[in-house]
Amino acid sequence: MRKVDVDRRVHQGSDNMNDILELKGRVIKRGRAEGEALVSSQPISFYGGVDPDTGIIRERGHELEGKNIAGKVLIFPHGKGSTVGSYIIYRLKRKGMAPSAIINQRCEPIVAVGAIISDIPTVDCIDTSKFKSGDWVRIEDGKIVVERR
Amino acid sequence: MYLSKEEERMLIGELGYAAQKAMEILVALGKIYDAERLVPITSAHVSGVSYANVGEDGLGFLEELASDGKVLVKTTLNPAGMDLERWSTMNIDKEFVENQLRVIDVYSRMGIEITCTCTPYFVGNEPRMGDHIAWGESSAVVYANSVIGARTNRESGISALAAAITGRTPLYGLHFEENRRPTVEVRVQQPKGDFEFACLGIIVGRIVGDGIPLFKGILHAEPDELKALGAALASVGGVPMFHVEGITPEAERSADKAVEKLTITESDIMNVKEEYATEANPDLIFLGCPHLSLTELKGIASALSGKKVRKKLWLCCSRSVKLEADRLGVTQVIEVAGGTILCDTCPIVAPVKDLGVTVVATNSAKGAWYSRNLNNLCVRLMSTEECIREATI
Repeated sequence: MRKVDVDRRVHQGSDNMNDILELKGRVIKRGRAEGEALVSSQPISFYGGVDPDTGIIRERGHELEGKNIAGKVLIFPHGKGSTVGSYIIYRLKRKGMAPSAIINQRCEPIVAVGAIISDIPTVDCIDTSKFKSGDWVRIEDGKIVVERR
Repeated sequence: MYLSKEEERMLIGELGYAAQKAMEILVALGKIYDAERLVPITSAHVSGVSYANVGEDGLGFLEELASDGKVLVKTTLNPAGMDLERWSTMNIDKEFVENQLRVIDVYSRMGIEITCTCTPYFVGNEPRMGDHIAWGESSAVVYANSVIGARTNRESGISALAAAITGRTPLYGLHFEENRRPTVEVRVQQPKGDFEFACLGIIVGRIVGDGIPLFKGILHAEPDELKALGAALASVGGVPMFHVEGITPEAERSADKAVEKLTITESDIMNVKEEYATEANPDLIFLGCPHLSLTELKGIASALSGKKVRKKLWLCCSRSVKLEADRLGVTQVIEVAGGTILCDTCPIVAPVKDLGVTVVATNSAKGAWYSRNLNNLCVRLMSTEECIREATI
């Protein structure tokens, strides 16, 4: 595992006490995106685990079962399962149901290839436990800004 | 990761859309596997051809690449979901045929040879010892590494295609000599025939996972037997390479490193045979996973000579091997007996469920594994001779 730079700044003194967290990771797919975080502590299998037409997580017993990944910044440790998963990510993108960005602890080839062929900004070498579902996350290449709401 | 000037130009899109996408994929994989740079390759073999696996999404992506993508090195193609000429004898439905032909067309436009075989090494994709290559298809990968001594990681269809388009692959894993040494030493008694080699592959594949076994105690092995052994190791385990002492080219280099040791006995082989024995009556008997060599087809022809095939018997090989068999009269013997030679395909990637098949018999460990786990069929695994007997009783 590569080192993960964490630069935490807490802005205080204003009326809304937002926490802002800045992280720097490794670029897997360049690009800019922002959206609401959807966080899983479990790996995700796109083939069989995600409905390719709706973006709803279908894997039985998965902590995100029933949640929709469309338009979210999807944060999970790493992918798993069949390499067909790369094409599922591509299909989600074509249907407009793909995540707006992906953040991984350690990206593996299925998610990396899927993100590249689908133009989804993707960063890894990030401690994904720092995020909570509902955070507002902005990504620009390897730079991540997290706003806790 | 270090990139040459030309690689940088590909990455920023100066050499076209496909080269850029392909380079992005290779750079990402290089990062993931900590490769310091890319290495030029002499050949590629692309898997992901059957429309049943590629689907409309895969086809969409391939179409995008084909807009300006051309392969830079010799590149062959894995089997499709049907015989490209005799699909009607397979009863494939019209819609599947059209979609499969679209997939073939898109690969063809990229300059890929439409070999449609999992044995590219039988049809002119013959790398030399030490060559860096990028192959998909796990049985071909294990054959190239082990029997030929060329160097490839286990590529996916997409990463092999990206390598073909750029002429490069990330330098990591099995491209380095130190990663090609055995991780486990396996003492065995001489297996008898390709079927026992396949059984041995099942047992060892289960134990070593993605390790590299060194077999000791095998005194002779035909290339076809090594093909059966490798296919079993690669599908049941995830073995990228094996060594056979005194037989495969890199076995001697591996010296006597202290590795885990195992012994496989004849009773272990018997147990595997029993595990796959079933009373179920097969409605399809198939041989040729991986695709049959000319030697194997000749052997099957002489076993079938003068007999009558009473069940569906599919013999799968590459088109080039069939052409040789045609010339030698081998095809005629098989067809007179009632067997069917199919090219370009196999029951693993063809839509066999739609053809009403529920029980298959085969001599292939790989064929058995995928028929069971991917196509949910009931499988009987037995020797070539037993398969022929089953087809002709």
